[in-house]
Amino acid sequence: MNQIVNITIDGIECMAQKGQYIVDAAKDNGIYIPTLCNYPGVKPRGSCRICTVKVNGRLMTACTTPVSENMEIINEDPELADLRKAIIELFFIEGNHFCPACEKSGNCELQALAYRYKIMVPRFPYAFPQRELDASNPKLVKDQNRCILCKRCIRGIHDEKGRTIFAYRRRGTHVEIGVDPKIGKDLSDDLAQKSMDICPVGALLVREKGFDVPIGERKYDKQSIGSDIEEKR
Amino acid sequence: MKKYTQKVLDKYHHDKTRLMDILIEIQSEYGYISSEVITIIAQDLNMSEVDVEQTISFYHFFSMKPTGKFSIYLNNSAVANMMGRNEVAAAFEKETGIKFGETTPDGLIGLYETSCIGMNDQEPAAIINNRIFTKLTAFRVKEIIRDIKEGKEIEKMFSASFGDGANRNALVKSVVSNNIRKIGPILDPDYKVGEAIKKIIKMTPEEVIAEVKHSNIRGRGGAGFPTGLKWEFCRNAEGEKKYIFCNADEGEPGTFKDRVILTELPRLLFEGMVVAGYAVGASEGILYLRYEYKYLENYLEDILKAAREKNYLGKNIMGKNGFNFDIRIQFGAGAYVCGEESALIESAEGKRGEPRDRPPFPVEKGYLEMPTVVNNVETLCSVVKVILNGGDWYRSFGTADSTGTKLLSISGDCRNPGVYEVAWGFSVNDILEMVGKSGNVQAVQVGGPSGSLIGPDEFNRTLGYEDLATGGSLIIFGEHRDLLEDVVLNFMEFFIEESCGSCSTCRILPTVLKQKLEKILNARGIAQDIADIENWGKFLKASRCGLGQTAANPLLTSIKNFRHLYEEKLQTAKEYDTGFDLSAAVKDACEVTHRIPNI
Repeated sequence: MNQIVNITIDGIECMAQKGQYIVDAAKDNGIYIPTLCNYPGVKPRGSCRICTVKVNGRLMTACTTPVSENMEIINEDPELADLRKAIIELFFIEGNHFCPACEKSGNCELQALAYRYKIMVPRFPYAFPQRELDASNPKLVKDQNRCILCKRCIRGIHDEKGRTIFAYRRRGTHVEIGVDPKIGKDLSDDLAQKSMDICPVGALLVREKGFDVPIGERKYDKQSIGSDIEEKR
Repeated sequence: MKKYTQKVLDKYHHDKTRLMDILIEIQSEYGYISSEVITIIAQDLNMSEVDVEQTISFYHFFSMKPTGKFSIYLNNSAVANMMGRNEVAAAFEKETGIKFGETTPDGLIGLYETSCIGMNDQEPAAIINNRIFTKLTAFRVKEIIRDIKEGKEIEKMFSASFGDGANRNALVKSVVSNNIRKIGPILDPDYKVGEAIKKIIKMTPEEVIAEVKHSNIRGRGGAGFPTGLKWEFCRNAEGEKKYIFCNADEGEPGTFKDRVILTELPRLLFEGMVVAGYAVGASEGILYLRYEYKYLENYLEDILKAAREKNYLGKNIMGKNGFNFDIRIQFGAGAYVCGEESALIESAEGKRGEPRDRPPFPVEKGYLEMPTVVNNVETLCSVVKVILNGGDWYRSFGTADSTGTKLLSISGDCRNPGVYEVAWGFSVNDILEMVGKSGNVQAVQVGGPSGSLIGPDEFNRTLGYEDLATGGSLIIFGEHRDLLEDVVLNFMEFFIEESCGSCSTCRILPTVLKQKLEKILNARGIAQDIADIENWGKFLKASRCGLGQTAANPLLTSIKNFRHLYEEKLQTAKEYDTGFDLSAAVKDACEVTHRIPNI
């Protein structure tokens, strides 16, 4: 079962388990490939595109592509660096992200990536969209201004019958996350917390709860995103 | 409503993978899908309501609000505009007293815009309650609205005679014209149904695949994957059941040749699916048909029924023991992206038509996780001819890399728009001569919006996989057309409208790029804007599917080939301009407060 394959990432020879996704194989070898829509234990979707790598010259998402023998992967080159930076910038201009006022600051993966990629100001003009804040759910607040539509909540949160509580609504530029009006109402505290935790940004927040850790002491305030993986090399 | 919904749920065996069919029936019956119905469906299929809603809200022809007893969907493609759509649209608004996107207060009429409906050779065209109305004029609009208000039935609203060929069939009765202008081996009406089936059942599936491989035929949808190889992969893939899909979702603006095949040669197409089923070892075929072609439903169902009676479909086909294959029709509900094979499969499973991540490819894991072949309408028709006449015969047409013939959908500024079957290797110049160009041709859009806009200095290029690959859409623009305003901007709006919204790049960037174009069109552009479009357009290459990867092509290919059109609109004295118009932004506020802005 656990067949080992040999791959190279940026010329570094690595060993990986057959069938393992590139992003996980890289992690096991101490190489960080940035991700946003990927979440441990949840089926990958490849929607944010930030983990794009070159596999034998072609652009592929590292979170959805399994490794195979002798695969040659490029994770770092100027073109990919610019692409990833551009994608992060696109998220910032698409929504309304005001980090200093956000409850998730310091724990936000988008913010952390923006720091890692040293983004000062996006090259694209801001869209300043009119987005809604939905506080109709008794357990959760959904702030569409901050949502990056990564689908982590859709894929990762289900009720006891396996039904999804979150779903996309509409398509294209009009896409937003819908919270089920019926089963969403009976959300357990546990599932509400899980929803907030699975959200990479501050779009899903547990209601009537302050913070446990102050800003400045949070996960990415202390260390750059991905540095824990790179330390293992 | 409750009773009817239950009946529909029973009909589809409470199977959530048939959600599309369930929703289509309810939408057709009531003109919308109400929240009560959503609750019933969700409970019945063990889904959450948001989950049902995410499928509904994805498709253009589903609505959660009443769309009117008569819902009018007027095409807004570039060619429709060229043929006078604006006048027609204005007439619709005038006669109904409502704007597009609204319904009349009495709930009688709804007006909507829609992307290309496959009638580019007879625009302006609209769909009204699943019937097609072509070559509309302001006068005709007046008649139609009058008829609706007088309570006439839709069937009785056609004043002109029906179209040619099978468009007159009692089960079609449509004013649509085929406009077949040039016939080749595929469109040849001299075709006997069942001959290819008789031939293959004497061959092994491997021999069938070998013959198709030998013909060197490649996918006719545009991507050009070798058909025989696709079949072989699927045949060799493991799975309890295998499926053949025919992709009849032709949504690329300017393409309509599949509509003509479906009208005139549906038996040829179905026979092609049977051949594919035999070769691959599939027992079920699904024709994924775009909703725009719903007017062909009864006609196609009738032909399938006849095929079953003749044992071209069904069990032990033509006496071949163990050869079982049947075909069903799966309708879409208005989404260009569903023409992408994995999105099409998702849609057929009752979900949003979002492309899947690949690998795995459909030939390994497709419909219901089973090995699946998705072939274009024209590909499947061509295969029948390959079987009947042999791969060598097929290779005698076209070039070494692009064998056989290609059906072209030609529209725009020419004397004879319609469908032409030509051997690969034709140059664009040859085609312009063939279609009777009227006046000087400024540009040709090859392969629809996702293809390229080329100018006269490239008209000597040839159509084929080795040079100008195309799914068959060619749109001709005369010298009097404004390419940027009428074509490029329209195509960008199309891509924005049709993006599924899943990939960050395709969801966000096309709008940013369109705004750049608008800035240039508004005479606020600077040289940097062109460079920005070129540099930023590249990021779309990181999108998952072809729609996203090509969404900047209208801009990128027109900048490449018609740079002067952009440059002549730029401000030369300025090096920096945000494009922001402060006086316009404060205009309303100033009017209200009776102030004159101090700008």
